[in-house]
Amino acid sequence: MSSHKISVNDREIVCESGETVLDACLRENVDIPYGCRQGACQSCMVRSLQGPPPLAAQDGLKDVLCHQNHFLACLCYPQQDMAISISSPAEFFTEATVIEKSLLNAETLQLTLQCKETMDYYAGQFVNLKRADGLTRSYSIANNRLHANKLSFHIRRLAGGRFSEWAHQELNVGDKLEVSDPQGLCYYLPTQQENNLLLVGTGSGLAPLAGIISEALHHGHKGAIHLFHGSREMDGLYWIAEMQALAAQFPNFHYTPCISRGDAPDGVAKGRANDVAMTLLPSLKGWRLYLCGHPDMVHQTKRQAFLHGAALQDIHADAFHVASATLD
Amino acid sequence: MSETTATLYEQLGGEAAVNAAVDIFYRKVLSDHRINRFFDNTDMDKQAAKQKSFLTMAFGGPNNYSGADMRQAHAHLVKKMGLDDSHFDAVVENLAATLQELNVPQNLINQVAAIAESTRNDVLDR
Repeated sequence: MSSHKISVNDREIVCESGETVLDACLRENVDIPYGCRQGACQSCMVRSLQGPPPLAAQDGLKDVLCHQNHFLACLCYPQQDMAISISSPAEFFTEATVIEKSLLNAETLQLTLQCKETMDYYAGQFVNLKRADGLTRSYSIANNRLHANKLSFHIRRLAGGRFSEWAHQELNVGDKLEVSDPQGLCYYLPTQQENNLLLVGTGSGLAPLAGIISEALHHGHKGAIHLFHGSREMDGLYWIAEMQALAAQFPNFHYTPCISRGDAPDGVAKGRANDVAMTLLPSLKGWRLYLCGHPDMVHQTKRQAFLHGAALQDIHADAFHVASATLD
Repeated sequence: MSETTATLYEQLGGEAAVNAAVDIFYRKVLSDHRINRFFDNTDMDKQAAKQKSFLTMAFGGPNNYSGADMRQAHAHLVKKMGLDDSHFDAVVENLAATLQELNVPQNLINQVAAIAESTRNDVLDR
């Protein structure tokens, strides 16, 4: 083993033989968070910017984190020169043009953008959309990764939501927006295709889940795929016919729309989507989960799923925190 | 290495044993009505990582255990939510039950419980 150079925060430091990346950073007074220094607490997670890090430095990390070359600095003995990022990288934006606007239900707009550059994203990730004056909001990508230049989003109109109100009322086909690099770890990887998938979403949480389902089916996912989409009332659901058609086409795809208030018509379950799912699927050992939507639902379902036997590493979640006051 | 010189951590099975125990232990804690309210607002991924650090320490494994950190991490629970001996006892009980479920011999379970016990005053901030 010999020493290697590490580029970090616009500096170059040397990692001596037998020294971890964390040790080298601390010795050089690079500001890096850390805790246990033995790979357990994951406080010192950083990202390699030049290819995969040594495998041993990814011990215990979620597959999606490994996939994006994250690793633990305290476990990493460099095998070559490295460039690493401690904080999330500065965001890059690309220009996009609105090519379609349509309503999915009374309060949810489907917005489709044509991006100037090809985007490298995974179904289930989100981007930040930026208006000319700088107002920025995060939205999940609703399509699979086959349409690299065309991204669609489900934008729920929130009372007092500055961006969503504007997108619904004033944004027109032909207008331009800026789109950030894709972010987030709630996405599908075509590994372990035998695993069953459980997807639970509320409201426009269907957007990333629909993208993930489309991606999984495209890859010929072999395990069962169960989608539970919930809202308070029927008018908060959408794509019911589309999801039913998909379920008719793919025998391993199962769809259950759920409403938590009022009477449920035939084919719709009564109750919160997560509770309906947990009742129907008592054992989730070995399942992979995707949870998108209201933060309380995501938090509660994560705990329910873990207690039903799912491993935390297999639970992927994206809580939709909103800037304005209301969201059901 | 002969059996007489193997450390507790080695006898338990090292990191693999911690990995096997952590989910079982955390599920027991979250299902235990005496104590699960303390975990209502925690980030589960971060909490699981903390449980792993704690188990590694209790198993006699490599650790940077700091009484001051333990104190600081639990002080608000003692002050605001009434964390006391009964809750600490419940956690130790869940830890022992986890090891029993993994068929760990009783003499090793006793040693783990003793290490866990040594953190009591730090956890309860006294």
